[in-house]
Amino acid sequence: MNPWMPRGTVYGTLLNFRREWDLWSARMTQDPHKAAPKASVLYVKTANTFCPAGQDLLLQDGVSEVDIGASLGLVIGDDGQVAGAALLNDWSVPHTSYYRPPVKFRCRDGFLGLPEQITPGKVQNWATLQIAVRRNGELVQTVDLQDLMRAMLRLLADVGEFMTLQPGDVLMVGTDCLTDGTRPRAKAGDRVEISASGFSTVTTHVKGQA
Amino acid sequence: MKHARIAWSGAIQQAVEADGQLLITQGPHKGRRVGFDEVVWLPPLSPVPQARTVIALGLNYADHAKELAFKAPEEPLAFMKGEASLIGHKALTKRPADVQYMHYECELAVVIGRTARHVKKADAYEYIAGYTVANDYAIRDYLENWYRPNLRVKNRDTCTPIGPWLVDAADVPNPMALKLQTTVNGKVTQSGSTADMIFDVPTLIEYFSSFMTLNPGDLILTGTPDGIVDCQPGDVIVTEIEGIGALTNTIVSA
Repeated sequence: MNPWMPRGTVYGTLLNFRREWDLWSARMTQDPHKAAPKASVLYVKTANTFCPAGQDLLLQDGVSEVDIGASLGLVIGDDGQVAGAALLNDWSVPHTSYYRPPVKFRCRDGFLGLPEQITPGKVQNWATLQIAVRRNGELVQTVDLQDLMRAMLRLLADVGEFMTLQPGDVLMVGTDCLTDGTRPRAKAGDRVEISASGFSTVTTHVKGQA
Repeated sequence: MKHARIAWSGAIQQAVEADGQLLITQGPHKGRRVGFDEVVWLPPLSPVPQARTVIALGLNYADHAKELAFKAPEEPLAFMKGEASLIGHKALTKRPADVQYMHYECELAVVIGRTARHVKKADAYEYIAGYTVANDYAIRDYLENWYRPNLRVKNRDTCTPIGPWLVDAADVPNPMALKLQTTVNGKVTQSGSTADMIFDVPTLIEYFSSFMTLNPGDLILTGTPDGIVDCQPGDVIVTEIEGIGALTNTIVSA
């Protein structure tokens, strides 16, 4: 069986974990933001980012370090409802400004680590899911989906207010930060594993340009 | 050649423009001519095996950047859209009831023809399949300064009409000198030239392909010039680019 690939468009969600929201909240009303976000802050992971299970992430074009973005992607089924979910590694070039769209940070080749397969099920099954992030075998982060700002059903409803998710589309619920606001990072030579009970693990070897 | 993708006689058909009609080029109706008003116009894009990358540019005309009170950007201001926001020629676009300012954006849309990675500006035209017209509507009420322009402004259902034609690149000798014009209910409200882009098409292809792979069928919507106005339900908006086509759209209330 071929490893899973998204059939549709993959969307990501920014600032959807309470820890990062709280760290940002004092700055949200300052320039250039001027106000806290009202709508979900979303972005697109384009098809060139899809990195199927078993493929390495090659850091190139001047990128030497990447943020690890452990997330759960909700996969839309033929009836337009969530049919399953997948662990994903939503890699990004570390960036501290959330003002402009993150195309150069998030849409590079290979920047979405995919699992072998998705897990069928309903959103309710994953409300208390814990996702472990390991770098070279060492646990560097535990992501708890109870810490979402917009719980998954609410996020789906808010997104669906203006864009209809199509069969095959994937909506990632967000990535959490560490206590200091950064995300765990990886560089060439690292092996990164994202795992959770009941899900196919996303394992990526990070390589550098020779 | 001007290519269209249409629904007619219970199926999707490939067609080309021929003497003011659509000439079906494939399948059981090959050779049949049908009128522009007899068909449903779909986005003039062949299906692609994975999600189509739809890149859009903000502030890519000096006058529009000024109009929106920004200084011209030093590198392209790009955002991504989902393919589901695309609709065809002569379609309906929804305006929410509670908004004050929804405007069109007439844009030259570039369709990629070959896999592009690390392409030099001088070679960029070899990677283009053709051109079409896009109307990248925005609802400014929903603008927020987080990954701005945010998806609620720019990735709405029905808010990206595209078409009517995909015009072969070979038939557009200089895409950087085309007149653009928008009319609202027949009155000209926007007028400009692709010559005034800050980052021209070859520069954009070099820029994006420097960090990402562009695949055949991917789109670059290259931004809009000065002259945006609010559109109300019932308004008929025609975004037109010289030699590429005139894309008609009607606003309806949501």
